[in-house]
Amino acid sequence: MTPVQVQGEVLSVKQVGAYLSMTVVASGVAEQARPGQFVAVAVGGDDGAMLLRRAFSIYQVAQRGVYGGTVEFVFSVAGKGTAWLAGRRPHDTVDIVGPLGQPFALPKEPARCVLVGGGYGAAPLFSLSDALRKRGCRVDVVLGAATADRLFGALDAKRMAASVAFTTDDGSYGEQGRVSDVLPEVIERTRAEVVYACGPMAMLEAVTRVASESYGGAGIPVKVAVEESMACGVGVCMTCVLPVVGDDGVTRMTRSCIEGPVFTGDRIRWDSLGAVPADALGAMAQFSTAGQMAR
Amino acid sequence: MGDVQIRTSADATPAADVDMSTSLGRLDVPDPVFTASGCAAAGRELAPFNDLSALGGVVTKSIQVDPRSGRPTPRMAETPSGMLNSIGLQGPGIDAFLAKDLRWLADNDVRAAVSIAGGSVEEYARLAGRLRGQPVALIEVNISCPNVEDRGHVFACDPNAAAAVVAAVKRNAPTSVPVFAKLSPDVTDIVAVAQSCVDAGADGLSLINTTLGVSIDTVTMRPTLAGITGGLSGPAIRPLAVRCVWQVHAALPDVPLMGIGGIRTGTDALEFVLAGASAVQVGTVIFNDPSAPSRISAELRTALAARGFERLRDAIGLAHRPPAIRVPEEADPLGDEQPEPDPVRRHVSFDDASTVTFEAERRRDNASNVTVNEGNEGD
Repeated sequence: MTPVQVQGEVLSVKQVGAYLSMTVVASGVAEQARPGQFVAVAVGGDDGAMLLRRAFSIYQVAQRGVYGGTVEFVFSVAGKGTAWLAGRRPHDTVDIVGPLGQPFALPKEPARCVLVGGGYGAAPLFSLSDALRKRGCRVDVVLGAATADRLFGALDAKRMAASVAFTTDDGSYGEQGRVSDVLPEVIERTRAEVVYACGPMAMLEAVTRVASESYGGAGIPVKVAVEESMACGVGVCMTCVLPVVGDDGVTRMTRSCIEGPVFTGDRIRWDSLGAVPADALGAMAQFSTAGQMAR
Repeated sequence: MGDVQIRTSADATPAADVDMSTSLGRLDVPDPVFTASGCAAAGRELAPFNDLSALGGVVTKSIQVDPRSGRPTPRMAETPSGMLNSIGLQGPGIDAFLAKDLRWLADNDVRAAVSIAGGSVEEYARLAGRLRGQPVALIEVNISCPNVEDRGHVFACDPNAAAAVVAAVKRNAPTSVPVFAKLSPDVTDIVAVAQSCVDAGADGLSLINTTLGVSIDTVTMRPTLAGITGGLSGPAIRPLAVRCVWQVHAALPDVPLMGIGGIRTGTDALEFVLAGASAVQVGTVIFNDPSAPSRISAELRTALAARGFERLRDAIGLAHRPPAIRVPEEADPLGDEQPEPDPVRRHVSFDDASTVTFEAERRRDNASNVTVNEGNEGD
């Protein structure tokens, strides 16, 4: 898998509940992409004032027409960059790099899988579900959001999953509460063997805890796709790091764009997000307090 | 540079005709575009987007004696036409760097400009010594680091401390490898630091490093960065960087310079070359466009061709030439004699009672160079 940079033609920008979905002709990205990978999109144009790429997990890809494959990603307008994206129209061009990052690892043998999504973080779970079902896996889904209009992909989920549980913070759809409130019951009921999750960090931490404590503490593997703030997406800027325990047991400040965004949940030092654990490789005592040093 | 013919029209000679080679001390490179330290990791991640071996080289992320975790997150804040970063020099340490990163660069025929950073003069010296016998094209000394032996004062902000680092690196580095000191713009007199580094043996200078900034998150009403202060980079600092290159080239015209600061296009790179840079480094813009180094190299070649240059070298420092002399339409019929220019007035008074003072200075080619010696007179 070699990422490519393409000037992609926008095919459509659609409103999907509280979110927007953009489809771009991105030959070379679409053909290589696997579930869990993401694209990094430049915003603001060649001469614009916003330099940092915006990273979006890939919702779905398609082989279409004579132009090559298309890539679809989901976003919400959260600032000037996403507002610019929302203003793109068909035939406009966007500069897109992908596919980036490590995809979700799939079970080698058919397994019972629960897929958990928070808000539009659920986007990559649908292509993951297709891949799992092709391998003979059972797929059950839990989708959660703050409000009903922020649930992403509810219809898709109902169509493809053996069962779907919904939660909303305000109770406007499904059960009132968080995905981690209903997840223990779903794991027990479906006799799940693997959990996949994508969404806000707090949700991923809770899902990891539930999966680890399932079956009376025996636990099952959980793969999470993190949403860390990125600047480049390709591994050179070192801003998207989080403390992750390696195979050798050593904690490193690890790039979520290259080594992630998919990690095994219990490898992430959830209690140290936004910090450098004192036992991390190369940790410096002075950084436990706010530093004042020049670069 | 006096015999260069400058065409202002865009009737370009074929771009391929421009000789892009340049010299950085003993190092000759076929292309003047490098990646900037901290913006390309150790090169490998940019290989899908650039022919790295065709570039001048890759300046690696600053390497230190030991592995370093860097700072907590958030480490980055987007700012208008730029960004603030406080990465904290996360890196693998010199051992892993030599074994993996430098090896990869050599195996792929990429010229490695190794950036080194330390907390003491002794650390810089050790790092330089470790580069003996290694496939290193150039050493860039990142002196924008706090000196742990001097209450954290940054080496780059003190001419004596900067010189001590450069001298120690020169003593220990392989003799055939040029040593460049990378200067900080956060000083009162960058020429003084430049002179000090050159006197200590620096073969050239890279300028500039980031300039310190702070961003406040108005939602949390706290600093955006975990490290509070961050280095500002990107096109927002380009005029600051061009000014530094201009001043240092004017003072030290024989010292090769690498120009760094918000280069986004080939004409941005040309600005630095005209200001006196023998080579340029592309940094923050890589985050926006991972293929920027190769693109900017091609654009610079086209921009030089469009201006009638056959060699990049002929453009270096050219903006320092004296102002063009206008020949009147009804010139001397013989046409081969330049009319005497009017004497330059040193004091010009305007009807709003302001006065602009000009100062003529002698340059090495004995041409008279007139510079406006008044800061911030624009609107």
